[in-house]
Amino acid sequence: MRETTHLVHKYLRSSKRFPHIWCAGCGIGIFMQSLIRVIDQKEYSKDDVVLISGIGCSGRLPVYVDFNTLHTTHGRALTFATGIKLAKPRLKVIAIMGDGDAIAIGGNHFIHAARRNVEIASFVINNQVYGMTGGQCSPTTPDGTITASSPYGNLEPDFNICRLAEAAGATFVGRATVYHTRLLEQLIGKAFEKKGFAMVEVVSQCVTYPGRTFGPDPAVAMMKWQRDNSITVAQASKLSEAERQGKIEIGILVDKERPTYHEEYQKLLRKKPKV
Amino acid sequence: MNKVEIYRGWCKKCGICIAFCPEAVLEADEALYPTVKDPEKCNGCRLCEMRCPDFAIVVYRNEESYPETDSSPGK
Ligand SMILES: Cc1ncc(C[n+]2csc(CCOP(=O)(O)OP(=O)(O)O)c2C)c(N)n1
Ligand code: SF4
Ligand code: SF4
Ligand code: SF4
Ligand SMILES: [Mg+2]
Repeated sequence: MRETTHLVHKYLRSSKRFPHIWCAGCGIGIFMQSLIRVIDQKEYSKDDVVLISGIGCSGRLPVYVDFNTLHTTHGRALTFATGIKLAKPRLKVIAIMGDGDAIAIGGNHFIHAARRNVEIASFVINNQVYGMTGGQCSPTTPDGTITASSPYGNLEPDFNICRLAEAAGATFVGRATVYHTRLLEQLIGKAFEKKGFAMVEVVSQCVTYPGRTFGPDPAVAMMKWQRDNSITVAQASKLSEAERQGKIEIGILVDKERPTYHEEYQKLLRKKPKV
Repeated sequence: MNKVEIYRGWCKKCGICIAFCPEAVLEADEALYPTVKDPEKCNGCRLCEMRCPDFAIVVYRNEESYPETDSSPGK
């Protein structure tokens, strides 16, 4: 059998070891493939794209691909991304974060990047757990869940990442699961085109930690759960708050226009204010 | 006819491609690797390729027999 020629090979770093380090059936690889496919469709030059991540299993993604990449510190992907966009506005700036990365330690950067409307296409891979460090609670772990750091059940209600982004001022907000790959690609494309802060929540599966309670075939069981519990934004609008509980609302939640931070900054530079 | 190729060197036997193929084209062999059981039934939707976390499966499509399928909720 001849070796499979896959589109992603055009973008993988040949110096890296494959198969990649993610566990069998982990959703991060599915998102990575979607991201690459959209970049390829848009025909962006590799030199014009910069991928920035923090730390975590999700944060490993940029390591594997041959764009300008930055693997920064936990929670700070958006901080570096903001600096890059201000210094080099022509670049397509993409931030990849985990749920802990973006919403726990990086929560402050997250709300302020959205508030400033920095033009960054940002993606939060929400597997509802700290995957890399061994399955502890994150701010998106559902109430009552038993994890490594909540052996008697999590006492905290979970954050809705999309609503948080919306409230903080994000101009594009969407959500898809890795099961809904076609929708995921549409949202990635929209986020790339957005003149402003775009955030897509990618609901994904960590098969190794939360997956432990999903039986012998956790990847398949967790993707079935994504399929069976998702409702579209239109369907959700007809339900009460109580009926929406436990459902994953997928689609575009926000799409609006606002002046972007780097354009305002460029205007200021042109004015050359006296100090 | 469409052709589905599986690259065992990268496959981690997660079973996603087998479970979600809308035409049940794939099955697991004794070693749990996916294999093509029914090549004629493949509709070329490419969902197995798109959902493989390890980039280990590729679909070569015969454009004429390609139907538009979507992965909206419930499908
Ligand atoms: C400043 C700092 N604090 C804590 C850590 C330890 N740490 C590494 S990854 C991680 C959480 C990972 O969870 P998430 O961001 O959801 O990513 P995932 O692994 O689930 O993709 C933590 C707490 C660190 N590397 N740096
Ligand atoms: S620990 Fe969880 S998130 Fe990390 S690679 Fe494994 S399955 Fe994926
Ligand atoms: S989805 Fe990919 S890694 Fe999983 S069993 Fe199929 S070919 Fe192998
Ligand atoms: S292309 Fe579609 S029909 Fe063909 S094997 Fe893959 S998932 Fe099944
Ligand atoms: Mg996580």
